[in-house]
Amino acid sequence: MTQAQLQETANTPALNEEPGIRKWQDYFGFNTDHKVIGIQYLVTTFIFYCMGGVMADLVRTELRTPETDFVTPEVYNSLFTLHATIMIFLWIVPAGAGFANYLIPLMIGAKDMAFPRLNAVAFWMIPPAGILLISSLVVGDAPDAGWTSYPPLSLVTGQVGEGIWIMSVLLLGTSSILGAINFLVTLLKMRIPGMGFNQMPLFCWAMFATSALTLVSTPVLAAGLILLSFDLIAGTTFFNPTGGGDPVVYQHMFWFYSHPAVYIMILPFFGAISEVIPVHSRKPVFGYKAIAYSSLAISFLGLIVWAHHMFTSGIPGWLRMFFMITTMIIAVPTGIKIFSWLATMWGGKIRLTTAMLFAMGFVGTFVIGGISGVMLAAVPFDIHVHDTYFVVAHLHYVLFGGSVLGIYSAIYHWFPKMTGRMINEFWGKVHFTLTIVGLNMAFLPMHKLGMMGMNRRVAQYDPKFTTLNEICTYGAYILAISTFPFIINAIWSWMYGPKAGNNPWDALTLEWMTTSPPAIENFDKLPVLATGPYDYGLEKAKEDVPLDDPNPVLSGGPNSVLRAEPDPKVAANPEDRK
Amino acid sequence: MQSQTIDPAKTALNHHHAATTEAHHEEHPDHRIFGLIVFLIAEGMIFLGLFGAYLAFRATLPAWPPEGTPELELLLPGVNTVNLIASSFVMHNADTAIKKNDARGMRTWLAITAAMGIIFLLGQVYEYTHLEFGLTTNLFASAFYVLTGFHGLHVTIGVVAILAVLWRSRTKDHYNSEKHFGIEAAEIYWHFVDVIWIILFGLLYLL
Repeated sequence: MTQAQLQETANTPALNEEPGIRKWQDYFGFNTDHKVIGIQYLVTTFIFYCMGGVMADLVRTELRTPETDFVTPEVYNSLFTLHATIMIFLWIVPAGAGFANYLIPLMIGAKDMAFPRLNAVAFWMIPPAGILLISSLVVGDAPDAGWTSYPPLSLVTGQVGEGIWIMSVLLLGTSSILGAINFLVTLLKMRIPGMGFNQMPLFCWAMFATSALTLVSTPVLAAGLILLSFDLIAGTTFFNPTGGGDPVVYQHMFWFYSHPAVYIMILPFFGAISEVIPVHSRKPVFGYKAIAYSSLAISFLGLIVWAHHMFTSGIPGWLRMFFMITTMIIAVPTGIKIFSWLATMWGGKIRLTTAMLFAMGFVGTFVIGGISGVMLAAVPFDIHVHDTYFVVAHLHYVLFGGSVLGIYSAIYHWFPKMTGRMINEFWGKVHFTLTIVGLNMAFLPMHKLGMMGMNRRVAQYDPKFTTLNEICTYGAYILAISTFPFIINAIWSWMYGPKAGNNPWDALTLEWMTTSPPAIENFDKLPVLATGPYDYGLEKAKEDVPLDDPNPVLSGGPNSVLRAEPDPKVAANPEDRK
Repeated sequence: MQSQTIDPAKTALNHHHAATTEAHHEEHPDHRIFGLIVFLIAEGMIFLGLFGAYLAFRATLPAWPPEGTPELELLLPGVNTVNLIASSFVMHNADTAIKKNDARGMRTWLAITAAMGIIFLLGQVYEYTHLEFGLTTNLFASAFYVLTGFHGLHVTIGVVAILAVLWRSRTKDHYNSEKHFGIEAAEIYWHFVDVIWIILFGLLYLL
């Protein structure tokens, strides 16, 4: 930042007599405040999560018995297709963007994102895309070729539904590219003076890696979908073998996005967990640089492993070796993160808040998902369990046990900041318990089912799988029930919860150094950075400003690393410091 | 909001903190060029995806272009290529002119660039109408139309952007040596479209 900008920030009049309180109507319109957009993202995607969850439970209800007795096979195909599409493109990916929107400017001390209007545009692509996708159910021709939409199958089943699927995914892809551009520019250009890349909170690092990955991989999916839509609508044969096309090319293009997408879905929550664990363990994060740089390593490796989804697609043997080895290497940076989190907790004064419980649940279940991932990376094993429930178990451990628990952890951690009120911990713990029980009940037996040979994406199965499927189904019901304590708790606490204060967790990152909820332009005065974001218990952080300071932005919060030492130029003019 | 209580003279730098809560959301000029470049990386990846797919189709088929595909005429697209490359230099002149505060010169160069872009598009349309294969003739034909068509769409967007800049430059002093983001952005985009065409020309016509 230039001196002029510093001056400008310091001169900004205090906009918030009622700090950060917005009218509820603000959240239902076009607003360019990153905090409003962040909450719009989170609430919208949560609504889609509930819809996707209903579809999941319908799928599981069908699978409770071996026969197709609940829905027709056609409806079943549409249900699992929509379930996956919604959960991936309308819940986990945009939920990460929601947190990034809310937190990045606060964490780096910026007033807003680099392109606030573009930010709002990116958000407002999501509701229409979601409505479009779900409208396919009303049309009566919902997409039913799986979330991968592999041709030639996707070209011969429901044409209208497939077209809707392509349009919707293209729109969501555009939204996430626009978001990624915004995050990258904001992170690279708008950090407060004194915050180098190595002083940036780990969530920002994670979003930097995620955005770079989004930027490079999403357009390739768009290219694939453009070609697919020509096949579907204009009668070309890019992916249709009857006209000389090659469906495997589509698989390459699809997985060049969709494999990195699993990192787009998990990296933001690696970042969120890296914030939650040190704060609630009261210890400096172990291996800050290791966690930060391993995100970049994961992004890079994530880009070169896509064909491990295609071991059975007839790709050459040497290519399978390459993708097997690179895939297994990803376990290294991921392991670095896991051990850094464990080492952070080691010997810390752990506070078992709901956020921390979810973070610990995240680490535990993600490790299970990660290990089955390494198993699947091995070509011989993958050939054995390809397209069985083992794969379903793996991906749900990673995406539910990882991403969704990460989202919940982040919600519980930042709820006081976003709403200004504390969320009820008792009901949070009820929510956590039900989620962990339901999650393991629903997905653990799937490993066994897959090893026994049960195919995925089938509505009917051999009666010998019945017992395990029943357990999975009841687990899925528990997961559905688990969201109710959360929804009621969140709404109730938002309205009536006890006031949170600025920094209820005694955290050191910048977002806690402003009011809760933050003022419209985030910081009254430009914060000044004294130590790193995780220096709990270190001398510099100890000698900080007194607790319960009424005006934390001006004088630093509890244990704050911040002292808003006024700019000398501003200090000359006391009027401006009011 | 409370900005009214502040003496405007003291807040000359934050004049945009006007009465509405939206007003502070003004984008920083340096960020915009950087953002545009990041955006073009994403655009480049779409084209890279399409090029990759093209090469993959080419590699899997025994004969390329598939038998019976008429030879492509090189003269018209060749002239068009030269035209597009030249237009990039013309566009650069517009940028140089405005940096010297020569608004008149800038408008002239912009108009010439737009005209060259339109000539390129007309040439492409002429070529399309005279080709002896259609969109669904074979895989090469499909790829040819989709790739050149997608590029043509980008040229169209570029021409519209240049015309928009030209339109806005009617207002006196809309652009000057200090403030010319619109022209710079249009220029960067135009160069991008040009580079993509050079790769595309090599892939489709020469390789």
